[in-house]
Amino acid sequence: MLTDLTIAEAREKLRAREFSAVDLTMAHLHAIEALNPRLNAFITVSHSQAVDQARQADAALARGDARALTGIPLAIKDLFCTVGVRTTAASEILRPFVPPYESTVTAQLLRDGAVFLGKTNLDEFAMGSSNMTSAYGPVENPWKRLQDEDAVLVPGGSSGGSAAAVAARLSMGATGTDTGGSIRQPASFCGLVGVKPSYGRCSRWGVVAFASSLDHPGPFARTVQDGAILLGSMAGHDPKDSTSADVPVPDYEAACRRGVKGLRIGVPREYRSDGMPAEIEALWQKGLGWLRDAGAEIVDVSLPHTKYGLATYYIVAPAEASSNLARYDGVRYGARQDGAELSDMYGNTRAAGFGAEVRRRILIGTYVLSAGYYDAYYLRAQKVRALILKDFNDAFQQVDALVTPTAPSAAFAQGEKMDDPIQMYLNDLFTVGANLAGVPAISIPAGLDANGLPLGLQIIGKPFDEETVFAVAAEMERAAGFTALPQLRAGG
Amino acid sequence: MSLDTATIRRIASLARITVAEDQLEPLALELNSILGWIERLNEVNVDGVEPLTGGAQMAMKMRDDVVTDGGYPEKILANAPDRAGQFFAVPKVVE
Repeated sequence: MLTDLTIAEAREKLRAREFSAVDLTMAHLHAIEALNPRLNAFITVSHSQAVDQARQADAALARGDARALTGIPLAIKDLFCTVGVRTTAASEILRPFVPPYESTVTAQLLRDGAVFLGKTNLDEFAMGSSNMTSAYGPVENPWKRLQDEDAVLVPGGSSGGSAAAVAARLSMGATGTDTGGSIRQPASFCGLVGVKPSYGRCSRWGVVAFASSLDHPGPFARTVQDGAILLGSMAGHDPKDSTSADVPVPDYEAACRRGVKGLRIGVPREYRSDGMPAEIEALWQKGLGWLRDAGAEIVDVSLPHTKYGLATYYIVAPAEASSNLARYDGVRYGARQDGAELSDMYGNTRAAGFGAEVRRRILIGTYVLSAGYYDAYYLRAQKVRALILKDFNDAFQQVDALVTPTAPSAAFAQGEKMDDPIQMYLNDLFTVGANLAGVPAISIPAGLDANGLPLGLQIIGKPFDEETVFAVAAEMERAAGFTALPQLRAGG
Repeated sequence: MSLDTATIRRIASLARITVAEDQLEPLALELNSILGWIERLNEVNVDGVEPLTGGAQMAMKMRDDVVTDGGYPEKILANAPDRAGQFFAVPKVVE
């Protein structure tokens, strides 16, 4: 099946002309046609654009101009602005929005020859861990519980559509964004590799902003090498993003072949909570064993402020969101609701255009930034954030990378954890630290739980040292030998 | 610190989000539960700690203060809910 190939395999076969880029794109478009009505992974499928791009890829291959991703079909999280293709952020308020410009990350993927299949579903404005807050409906996880195949599981979030699309073989890879875990947690829930690079590694220009100091674009793939190929294309300095880092992009694919001999791998003791399911604890130990067998040294380390990470995040992220989302006022773009006066028009537009979770976070953000409360909440959170960064810096004095579980559970069912926002927020317990500190992290599929659902392990590295993170991830991938497949997939 | 409905009304107005009267009470409950959970940050000793504003551990680059983009009003106005000529149009503000 063409849809089962990895990006690395398809790249070679396209260059050898074993099949055409149009063949490869059509195989994926047919898979989308067959499965998307059920999975709801795509909000918009750009069928004719994809075929045009595939034809151009074939022409480029015919003249020997093959680039890193020529002819590779990808899915784009509907948070990246794509010129001429509607970009909704899974919100009612952006239902009519067609960007007149292309985000830097997607422009770089197109520069390298990629084919875009369409725009994937997400939690509204990337605020969520289940894809349940999308105004365009929930996404079904293509994985099923062995004993309970009727249960509809969530793909995780916020990049749930991207994860479901890549897991179900509707796309060879996808873009995501990760503000508190929104690439790594869905990667863990869907048996994928999810890469959150260092802050500043991938440009945020043209990505609908949620929390600017925490938002990280990054890729989803089915192998660590494919993740390396995609990040290599997405990364790089962009003058249009003032926080974009002007540092060279190394060869991430080469880093995957480095091995881990002599590396020191840290195990943060604060991540070992009493409530951790035994299966996840066991898988974590197994993963550390693989690294020990491959010649790494396992070292106990401390990140003393771990338990304050989520509370810090739920001040900083809503504060930045309340500011970023102020732009949706029904004046320059997006859906408008009428009002007798200008102030009514604003209030009605934003009440109708934002869903419950987005409204909740804007209100929290407005409150923690308001006069009289700024010091008690926002300033204090920024200071705790500094202590969390110091924890990581101290740990990285002793070790080259950290290894932890990605999420505190496997995929849960639609409707679970919906009654209490805090229960949903706890999904990001292990991932949020890397966002607050801006350090790179990858989730890899490491094993299955008793229900046959995938569980991920996370590798966290030093700032701008994605290479070590890829080296450790690739070693663990080899040892894990993860070959399980989701029940719902193209040709499955 | 506990939010009452008057405070909810005030922050909703600051955030320009219309909230119906009967929604104030449920919202207050939800937000208080989240804020209560956040209060754990008060345990942390932050004396002498400099606040961290962003994820980038580097100084921002300087650039020349010049216009590098623009000159396409039709593209900018293409998404406007309402327009008048080359302007965005809104409900009347001043009688």
